[in-house]
Amino acid sequence: MEFLDNTRAWLAYLWAPVSTWLLRPDGAGHKFLLMAVAIILFVVVMGLILLMVDRGRRLPTWVVTLAFVGPAVAFLGFGLVYPAVRTIYASFFNRNGQEFIGLDNYVRAFTQSEFQIVLRNTALWVILVPLVATLIGLVYAVVVDRTRFERVAKTLVFLPMSISMVGAGIIWRFMYEFRQEGATQTGLLNQVLVWLGLQPKQFLMDTPENTFFLIAVMVWIQAGFAMTILAAAIRAIPDDIVEAARLDGLTGIRMFRYITVPSIRPALVVVLTTIAMATLKVFDIVRTMTAGNYQTSVVANEFYTQSFRARDAGFGASLAVILFILVIPIVIYNVRQMRLAEEIR
Amino acid sequence: MRTTRNRGLTAVAAGGFALALTLAACTPPPEDSPAGPGDDGDRDLAEGCEAFEQYGDLSGTSVSVYTSITAPEDQPHIDSYTEFERCTGADIVYDGSREFEAQLPVRVQAGNPPDIAYIPQPGLLQTIVRDFPDAVVPVGDLAESNVDEYYDPSWKEYGTVDGTYYATPLGANVKSFVWYSPDAFADAGYEIPETWDELLALSDQIVDDGGTPWCVGIESGDATGWPATDWLEDVMLRTAGPEVYDQWVDHEIPFNDPAVAEALAAVGEILKNEDYVNAGFGDVRSIASTPFTDAGFPILDGECWMHRQASFYAANWESADPDVQVGENGDVFAFYLPGATTDESPLLGGGEFVAAFDERPEVQAFQAFLTSPEWVNAKIPEHPDGGWVSANRGQDMELYASPIDRLSAELLADDDAVFRFDASDLMPGEVGSNSFWTEMVNWIANDKPDQDVLDDIEASWP
Repeated sequence: MEFLDNTRAWLAYLWAPVSTWLLRPDGAGHKFLLMAVAIILFVVVMGLILLMVDRGRRLPTWVVTLAFVGPAVAFLGFGLVYPAVRTIYASFFNRNGQEFIGLDNYVRAFTQSEFQIVLRNTALWVILVPLVATLIGLVYAVVVDRTRFERVAKTLVFLPMSISMVGAGIIWRFMYEFRQEGATQTGLLNQVLVWLGLQPKQFLMDTPENTFFLIAVMVWIQAGFAMTILAAAIRAIPDDIVEAARLDGLTGIRMFRYITVPSIRPALVVVLTTIAMATLKVFDIVRTMTAGNYQTSVVANEFYTQSFRARDAGFGASLAVILFILVIPIVIYNVRQMRLAEEIR
Repeated sequence: MRTTRNRGLTAVAAGGFALALTLAACTPPPEDSPAGPGDDGDRDLAEGCEAFEQYGDLSGTSVSVYTSITAPEDQPHIDSYTEFERCTGADIVYDGSREFEAQLPVRVQAGNPPDIAYIPQPGLLQTIVRDFPDAVVPVGDLAESNVDEYYDPSWKEYGTVDGTYYATPLGANVKSFVWYSPDAFADAGYEIPETWDELLALSDQIVDDGGTPWCVGIESGDATGWPATDWLEDVMLRTAGPEVYDQWVDHEIPFNDPAVAEALAAVGEILKNEDYVNAGFGDVRSIASTPFTDAGFPILDGECWMHRQASFYAANWESADPDVQVGENGDVFAFYLPGATTDESPLLGGGEFVAAFDERPEVQAFQAFLTSPEWVNAKIPEHPDGGWVSANRGQDMELYASPIDRLSAELLADDDAVFRFDASDLMPGEVGSNSFWTEMVNWIANDKPDQDVLDDIEASWP
């Protein structure tokens, strides 16, 4: 027994500095080193698993399957399913998770006037952003298609896609910046108003139109994405269809209406639903531009505010669940449309 | 062939390892022999360390400190521990995070709390103590006797939850200040008001002379609205008095009590008066969009006359103009926001509190050190430009480099002043850092009626 105790003591003795080194990094260099160690460890373990599976030809199928799918399922389980179940569970509890309160959090979210405004805003975002961004992207793609400055024009619209949402929020906050009448305007839009002889406007504060000024930022970002996908889809329309339509005398708007749009319908659906999902999760723009004040908050922002500022974890969780439920139908529709599109092909 | 040799090598390696393991297991590993803390028998004290003898020898130990104070403001803190580290041998590991308020409960819940946390709101301390019983360690004897000796009893109360004393005071700030330009006041012949009525009379006088007296800004990113809550708290102390203020904080009277409504109306007389605000920025609603950091700057251009903001605003002036002199004879200075009469001097302020999550002697010693005059007197000179104040009565006032800090410290030490802690920091998070802020924003930006504002905050009280 002394032998075992000694072994255990030795292991603990040798492990202590290693665990300190792994768990308590000091300085950025050490942290980067740890990151490298973690990546190497991951590569080694995955490599070993794959090597073993590859070597052992007579292994039963389930072992092979498990080796390939197992890690992904485990990661999904720990990283996605477990937190989701925990969140749903927490949403039935009070602010610190110690008292079961049933559906009270949900009742509160749907009945209190301030949260009804939040839900109304989210609805506005989800309806307007995909429609407007896709429409602008589509018209733009058709208009610049096969023109001389197509590349430059496309790059310009695509550029906002490469800006982070927080960056876009800050840029547009400067665009909307307000200074009192008579003072030098620092915001472009208010300067334009002043040039036109109008009063400067508190773009971000005047309800309810301020929500639309925030939505404009998201449209600005997403239109480039819509344009890129749709332009590619338009290019992919078979030439014979277009020529046949042309011989039948279709031009301009009617060509667009009867040939272009039906031909790219699957791409349109993908673009609309993808933007709708991104919009449901919008948080950065609202948080950087108004922090949810002046009745501009959306569900994702309110979730953060309730969880971390008001420290009401239960209510925050219920808002996250509501957001989750709202996304589900769009995801289902998206997947179905993709399946349909594949079947047609 | 190759396989055979590989096997041979593996066998040798495994055998060697097993042998090493067997041999090693015959003897236990060497014992760690840390210097026993508290073992201060015949130790020779380093020079100048007499004051640290009481903490004992803490060589080889370390204390982790978790705070919301990040670079570059963290350096004066870190530097103020060097004597403690040199004399006791303990290592202080400082970790500042901007996400402190959100992360501290997470770390406590995960069973990974720091040894020491600097908590900026007593409300957060209460939440942690009540949600995680036994996580916070009650204040040790040495630290508690220091607090009894050097601090006003009200400071001890703010660190007490349900009758147990949990957290000792660290820094302090005074919020009842009105910033102004001494030169401009002298040129215009204005006197510093000494009662609330004189303050309103002065405001009217400025309006009659063609000026706009007040400049206000409550924009603060995610925390927009807090400067407006300070206004209401300061006025509440003056219209309702400290006792009613305490009842309001403890929710013994509802948030929409007539006493609060009266205070809000009094704030509205200034903040919602188109003649009084918002000098240099626009109309009443521009208060909501003006960053609090810039709100006082029109005083420098002579556009604005008065700006109510805490002592820590002193540090902001240099971002408007690096040459600004803060002082009684300088470009800007602050006067005490007057009480209803000259006999009353309520004082609104804030501060941070030190909570310990471990009972190890070095943690207790460090917490006690932070309550001692030695630490305070080491900390003050770390701020050659000002910006840090202590309420410790053992401090040396002469050390303050900045006149506003010194004025703050003197007000805090004044026995006639009735100190009250910032109410929004004491209230539960749902109110103090959420609905109180947002409803004050609605009150300004959307002209929400007084009663609706108070009713909605009351409805959010957990």
